[in-house]
Amino acid sequence: MNGRRILADFRVVYRSYTRNPIALFFSLVFPVILVGMFGVIFSATSSTTLTVYAVNDDHGSATSRAFLSALNNTSVVKISLAPVSSGDLAAWLGAHDHPVGLVIPRGFAANYSNGTTTNLTVYIDPQDEASSGAVLGAVQGVVDRFNLLAVCSPPASCAPVVGIRTANVGSPVFRYIDYLIPGLVGFSILTSPMFSLVDISSNYRKEGIFRELSLTPLSRAEWLTARVVWYVLLTFVSAGIMIGLGIYAFGAHVTLSAGLLPFLVVGPFFFVSLGMLCGSVAPTPESAAVIGNIVTFPMMFLSGTFFPVASFPPALRAVADVLPLYYVIDGMNQVMLFANMARAATDLLILVIASVIVFLLAVRTFRWRDE
Amino acid sequence: MAEAVEVSDLVKVYGELRAVDGIDVRVATGTVFAFLGPNGAGKTTTVEILEGLRRATSGTVRVLGLDPWRDGERLHRRIGVIPQDFRFFEKITAREAIEYYRELFGSRVDAGELLARVELLDKADARFDTLSGGQKQKLGLALALTNEPEVCFLDEPTTGLDPHARRAIWSVVRSLRAEGRTVFLTTHYLEEAELLADRVAVINRGRIIAAGTPREIIDAHGRPTRLKVRADASLAPLLKERLGLDARAANGQVEVDLRDHKDALRVLEAIEGSGLPWDALATETDTLEDVFVRLVGRMDEGTLSSEAPS
Ligand SMILES: Nc1ncnc2c1ncn2[C@@H]1O[C@H](COP(=O)(O)OP(=O)(O)OP(=O)(O)O)[C@@H](O)[C@H]1O
Ligand SMILES: [Mg+2]
Repeated sequence: MNGRRILADFRVVYRSYTRNPIALFFSLVFPVILVGMFGVIFSATSSTTLTVYAVNDDHGSATSRAFLSALNNTSVVKISLAPVSSGDLAAWLGAHDHPVGLVIPRGFAANYSNGTTTNLTVYIDPQDEASSGAVLGAVQGVVDRFNLLAVCSPPASCAPVVGIRTANVGSPVFRYIDYLIPGLVGFSILTSPMFSLVDISSNYRKEGIFRELSLTPLSRAEWLTARVVWYVLLTFVSAGIMIGLGIYAFGAHVTLSAGLLPFLVVGPFFFVSLGMLCGSVAPTPESAAVIGNIVTFPMMFLSGTFFPVASFPPALRAVADVLPLYYVIDGMNQVMLFANMARAATDLLILVIASVIVFLLAVRTFRWRDE
Repeated sequence: MAEAVEVSDLVKVYGELRAVDGIDVRVATGTVFAFLGPNGAGKTTTVEILEGLRRATSGTVRVLGLDPWRDGERLHRRIGVIPQDFRFFEKITAREAIEYYRELFGSRVDAGELLARVELLDKADARFDTLSGGQKQKLGLALALTNEPEVCFLDEPTTGLDPHARRAIWSVVRSLRAEGRTVFLTTHYLEEAELLADRVAVINRGRIIAAGTPREIIDAHGRPTRLKVRADASLAPLLKERLGLDARAANGQVEVDLRDHKDALRVLEAIEGSGLPWDALATETDTLEDVFVRLVGRMDEGTLSSEAPS
């Protein structure tokens, strides 16, 4: 491996790429379109009425029911009773990705009628300002009306009879757009090196360009490394654009940490090598395209790109387990959403091992010259 | 090392086909060698074995004393190659291509100077996919020279070029020879071989059917110089009888084979003395092309042994 030659070859890759509008479109513009499209579709559906999961511990009192139905009529929120006790509500909300909840404590009606203060508990997800703001506003409005009507004399001396206490839902709550960001970053880590390397490796061989390169000191490993470096850089740019767009345009809540970087490096490394391998085992450019598609398409849809793998039926989840892209996306999910670094590290280890194997196979399989 | 290229009993088999069928070639250092042959004769196959791009079925091959297949990496730093049908990265300009090769080889050539040498400086900043066929070929030649090679392999470097571009490439070949480099050239153009080459080998169906300097080949395989006049057919038997020379009549012309230049005077005297009317006198000598066409034709008819003297 010689840095000067890799750099020289890198310049050729960079120039060939930036002078090719179609390649640039697929690696930079297309991901933006994807995020924009899914973001618009799903942020639109989530901005309709918000469901508040409530637990009414003041068993069936008329006042508590009147409070809930007043809240239900605000048109901002819809009330649904949670099938758990007030003590388990926070955990249940977190586990079911519901960002807001409400508990009416025991004795609410009695306290209300004798003027004793009762605090309602509103569960919110502090990351989800939109839902928290909506539910707190709606609850506050109803609370204010109840306070005005409360029996209290003289009115000015009264402390409010109903108060609000906020608490956080048990674990971070994610919306579709949050899952979508790592999924779509994974999608572009897969597609842009795969399609291009399958095409290049088979066509360069057919056109004799590999034979010409074989007459220079450039080695196959150096050639492949220059492409890996290029696609890693391209992935940084496209992931940056997609994450930025997700956060600022669609309010996605993802954690940006250095733990993301290894996936943005190993992911392209793996798929550059895999693309090269697919192109090299195929006898012609046409069959290379077919092999490339057979390898790429299952990963495009079954690795958690557009839908979280956790929502798959068990049979499909088992399929995802053997798709390398699943480990890229799952790892990024663990880093960006669940802060589960141990699992991210396991995903990464699997990817590193797979990448080294595929890289070596690709270097061995692809031929500069006719053997 | 006196021999830049040494090939003995080289055979290359593709399935049933013996594309190269036991050839011997020697090219002395600092000379231009032309490998002539019709389409499919086995030229590219041979050249690519010499470059280390294909593997010989049997026989020994040495280029600069190295085995091209096994010592390719060392050899490639010392040779330059233009493949037949040269292709390159489409979006890369001529200058960038040279700079790329320069970095790969770690050489110090100046891209501008090299492009000027192949008369491509005006297209230095044009992308490969916008170059014409001849311009691509010139870039291929420039790339082959970026590492200042000791031996250059040029596989049909002038095929499809206009006469001007062809001359530009010829002059580069001559300058390479003047610098003491060895050139291994394949071509269909006999004129090119005659003009440039110190030695020529003619290959057909994988076998070398003639080899030597162009002069030697013409002398060995060419027909005698002929004198032609437009005259009555009855002149032919008359000349045959009087001078004992081979004379034929065809298409209103009479043709006499000459053994040496003195025969010409004797033939003219005899014609004049015959009293028959004549005009349009000309002499004809075989070119390498005539020899080539006759040799290849005779081999294809099966009347020429492939064990031709070399
Ligand atoms: N890779 C290959 N597989 C099978 N046959 C081949 C292969 N390459 C060449 N041949 C055959 O070998 C013979 C010699 O081909 P080669 O390319 O060496 O000819 P050439 O003298 O360079 O011809 P041209 O002047 O047309 O370039 C031809 O009959 C060709 O069909
Ligand atoms: Mg050829």
